[in-house]
Amino acid sequence: MTTTPTIFMQGVSKRYGDSYVVRDVDLSVAPGECVAIVGHNGAGKSTLVKMALGLLTPTAGRITLLGENPAGRQAMAFRRRIGFLPENVAFSAAMTGREVLRFYARLKQVPLGVTDQLLERVGLAAAARRRVGTYSKGMRQRLGLAQALLGEPRVLFLDEPTTGLDIESRQMFYDVMAELRDAGATLLLSSHALSDIEQADRIAIMKAGRMVACGALPELRRLADLPLRIRVHVVDGNAAREFTARRSVQWLDDLRFELTCADDGKIEAIRSVSLLQGVCDIEVMPPTLVDLCDELTREAAE
Amino acid sequence: MNAIATIAGREIRDGLRNRWALGAVLLMAGLALTLAFLGSAPTGVVGASPLEVAVVSLSSLTIFLVPLIALLLSHDAIVGERDRGTLLLLLSYPLSRWQILFGKFLGHLSILTVATVLGYGAAGAALALAAGEFDADSLASFARMVGSSVLLGAVFVSLGYLISATVRERATAAGLAIGIWLVLVVLYDMALLGLLVADQGRTISAAAFNWLLLLDPADIFRLLNLAGLSKTSLFAGMAGLAEQMQFGRAVLLTALAAWVAVPLALAAFVFSRKEP
Repeated sequence: MTTTPTIFMQGVSKRYGDSYVVRDVDLSVAPGECVAIVGHNGAGKSTLVKMALGLLTPTAGRITLLGENPAGRQAMAFRRRIGFLPENVAFSAAMTGREVLRFYARLKQVPLGVTDQLLERVGLAAAARRRVGTYSKGMRQRLGLAQALLGEPRVLFLDEPTTGLDIESRQMFYDVMAELRDAGATLLLSSHALSDIEQADRIAIMKAGRMVACGALPELRRLADLPLRIRVHVVDGNAAREFTARRSVQWLDDLRFELTCADDGKIEAIRSVSLLQGVCDIEVMPPTLVDLCDELTREAAE
Repeated sequence: MNAIATIAGREIRDGLRNRWALGAVLLMAGLALTLAFLGSAPTGVVGASPLEVAVVSLSSLTIFLVPLIALLLSHDAIVGERDRGTLLLLLSYPLSRWQILFGKFLGHLSILTVATVLGYGAAGAALALAAGEFDADSLASFARMVGSSVLLGAVFVSLGYLISATVRERATAAGLAIGIWLVLVVLYDMALLGLLVADQGRTISAAAFNWLLLLDPADIFRLLNLAGLSKTSLFAGMAGLAEQMQFGRAVLLTALAAWVAVPLALAAFVFSRKEP
């Protein structure tokens, strides 16, 4: 059985003058899937999201959203079922949080009664009657999430949703995202934060407008085949010298050293260092997302 | 339709919240009252009713003030939202760009209408208390003056949107708004006068001159109010012009309406083409 992808992009490019912001991107997001787009600032993440929403027209390529052209006439109808949280979301400062949400609810033709529940859901019930101008960055972001949730959206676009949020707010975001996925919604998010990306089924890495890799996190780790680092703490540096002389390790200070090993050599390496005399702690550090992105980007360039 | 009303409602609420509407009403009422009472002092000699004198002086006030308030309200409408980052989200909602623009237009025009009607109404009511009864003719010309002031405001709201939809920077929009005000309210008349003096009636016929007046909404407004009534036009020193006027009131109103519709349509066109 083949289902129509919720978001489908084929050979999509966006060019301003001579410079490509997005170049030849293919991406297909299945219904109910959560895909995270990762990349540095200016990698083309936001542009890609805007094109998927029909807010920007691609220079080349084809995009469909829920099977339709997102910029076409039919788009008006299904936009009611789409949620969007833009990067650095802003609202008119003179309105209260409640008024803002009711304003957007009217535009989406959602019953106004839902808005109070949503404010409750994102933890803004107490601040609902305060002006948005007095809100903190985190509160504005929560309000942004609340408006994206109006109308039980089938597709959500979250552009850097957790930037500048504290741990508690982040967790609230993740809870909401999990609920949405349980309800069968499709999510496309762009992010820098590793904790965001762990929520996703698949990760798309972008670099200078190109999509350099796309897959689940373990798959990407395998693809990059980066060594992981093992950090060993010892009570007596001298006792470990014999071992460290045989392997290439790097001493951080008198009592700590690091060694690197391939992913499949991990168990063997841990076993050997754990037998050392005076070992008091072993930390296993998988390659960070930044390492992973850089490596995959480098491989793509070659 | 619902979406347009929602946008209009937000603009009105915003205007009330940031004291825009209140400021405009107070400014209009304050200046209108001052002018009405200063201007009513010497009327006994000319024989015009105080209300007709008020029509003349308030018309001059409208020409300077209403375009300024309208442009202040409108020049930031699109470029400001883009700058603050609220536009992108709004565009992802199920409403089209012309609905956004038209909703804003209705909202801003409502604020302007309330400010004009309340401000000038206060002046009219104060005069009525001071001078007693007015004849129907004067009342009608006062009402026409208030109505056409709102229409003139609508022209400059449209022009403000055209600026706002076109430029990338808020500062550019503000500069252009001042420029447009200066050209249409002040400079065009001066240039026209200079042209007439230099020409000495050799090439520019009266008909051509009338057409030239239609190219400036402030002049159309002037013709509508100052050359309309025989008594008023005598008092306003527009009688000579009124005699040569080939256009009736309907034509003048149509021209003013076109000054609203054309910039608004152009603004909608530019806005729909522009990437957020």
